Amino acid sequence: MARAVSTKTKIGWTIAAWFVALLIFFPILYAIITSFKTENEAIAGFDLIPSFTLDSYREVQSQYNYIRPFMNSVIIAVGSTVLALIVAVPAAWAMAFSPTKRTKDILMWMLSTKMMPAVAVLVPIYLIFLRTGLMDTRTGLVIVLMLMNLPIVVWMLYTYFREIPGEILEAARMDGATLSQEIVHVLTPMAVPGIASTMLLNVILAWNEAFWTIQLTTTNAAPLSAFIASFSSPQGLFWAKLSAASVMAIAPILIMGWFSQKQLVRGLTFGAVK
Amino acid sequence: MATRQTQSLAKLMRAPAIILLLIWMVVPLAMTLYYSFMNYNLLNPTGTSFAGWFNYQYFYTDPAFWESIWNTLILVLGVLLITVVGGIAIAMLIDKPIFGQGIVRILVISPFFVMPPVAALIWKNMIMHPSYGVFADIAKFFGMQPVDWFAQYPLFSIILIVAWQWLPFATLILLTALQSLDGEQMEAAEMDGAPALQRFIYLTLPHMARAITVVILIQTIFLLGVYAEILVTTNGGPGNASTNLTFLIYRAARLNFDVGGAAAGGIIAVVLANIVAIFLMRAVGKNLD
Repeated sequence: MARAVSTKTKIGWTIAAWFVALLIFFPILYAIITSFKTENEAIAGFDLIPSFTLDSYREVQSQYNYIRPFMNSVIIAVGSTVLALIVAVPAAWAMAFSPTKRTKDILMWMLSTKMMPAVAVLVPIYLIFLRTGLMDTRTGLVIVLMLMNLPIVVWMLYTYFREIPGEILEAARMDGATLSQEIVHVLTPMAVPGIASTMLLNVILAWNEAFWTIQLTTTNAAPLSAFIASFSSPQGLFWAKLSAASVMAIAPILIMGWFSQKQLVRGLTFGAVK
Repeated sequence: MATRQTQSLAKLMRAPAIILLLIWMVVPLAMTLYYSFMNYNLLNPTGTSFAGWFNYQYFYTDPAFWESIWNTLILVLGVLLITVVGGIAIAMLIDKPIFGQGIVRILVISPFFVMPPVAALIWKNMIMHPSYGVFADIAKFFGMQPVDWFAQYPLFSIILIVAWQWLPFATLILLTALQSLDGEQMEAAEMDGAPALQRFIYLTLPHMARAITVVILIQTIFLLGVYAEILVTTNGGPGNASTNLTFLIYRAARLNFDVGGAAAGGIIAVVLANIVAIFLMRAVGKNLD
């Protein structure tokens, strides 16, 4: 807005906004601070200055082999996303560039599968996993999370592809481009940003998934969400170690999330708010 | 322009996604429906027999069922109230001319990226713990008795955690809507001497109505399935005080091994979710035209 605002008002709003923002961020900040404390400091009452020890980080790795759930998270989140993209890119492409009368219905139906509560199919999925030996395997989780997020991936890609202007294709055709040239030189460069955004959001969703990961794993394939959830009992991690494990679990996704604010709105509202 | 060849190619490109989703939707749901009419307990798999409507009857005559429905309702409505009202307020605050708007946005959006078990455990241990939490420290500072939140106000505690997780989502979407508000219209209203409250009611709110609807509907879908936050904090207790429908079904399936009962509960959850879904599909569908 081009309206002139007095510096005084601006400072007032700034203070209010920063206060609210820090209040909301505080639990994360406090976990970060606590992760640099010793266990004794962690339960010694409110204190924002830790002794900056890295012991908790070291102990989480040495006592609980932290790298295993971390790698499971990476494999499951990236694996399910790549698999979903392989299936969804052609589908969204076809729906965006050669739509039929039923394209809208198909999209709405895909969206409707996302409405199915996970717990409603807990029993069959659990039994299928038990009988097929998929229980506590990364393969099993990759399949379930891929299917779970597939509708969002198709939708997001579709809304991105639809924004690629048709005139560009016509122009390429006029210049005598063949179909394959069209795809490689014209469409792909324009589609890449949309695919990258979709990928980013989907990795975030898969990383943070905490229903199926807890139900379908025990130790071998447990990603971070299931690993951290297993420390809910009092004899689990102590405060500082819990904080260190938590910080390492959320840091990569937090940073990715900061870069994907726009895509987040678009992806999670199925394009209804842009 | 679309030749028959490209048409059939398009069909081929669409097929895998459609077939996979069809299987994913139909097979487990059909199995759930089937099991819901069977007496089937994993501890006694040989005693499996046709049960008729027994599982449904058993499920909805159980006092825990109605308690869980009530808890689900309070949880969803409580979180919606906090996130929508808070989201509007915070979105309007961030939209003001402020220094460091980008960083403020990043700080506010952050809780959304914290996985549910971590969010719940941070709140449980570091914020709301009756002896070592920040709330207890504050209470002690003012000479008050610290509150044992999860024992005394279990459902409220969970609402607080879940609302913290979803407040960023509401804020971000409402902020996106707010930023597309016509500045000139607002200025004109201001010049004509419309007070702030009236500008809010007659200009800002109607402009955000669609975004608010979307926030409510999408959050409701996710809030009906709140699970990990309950698992790591109260485990549904004390008693059933913080058990929602999702958690009740989980308990029937995984702790009581009651396949039939859990399946019947699952079907009830599907019906509930579908009621919400119908409204959501309409709101999103309009956008497609």
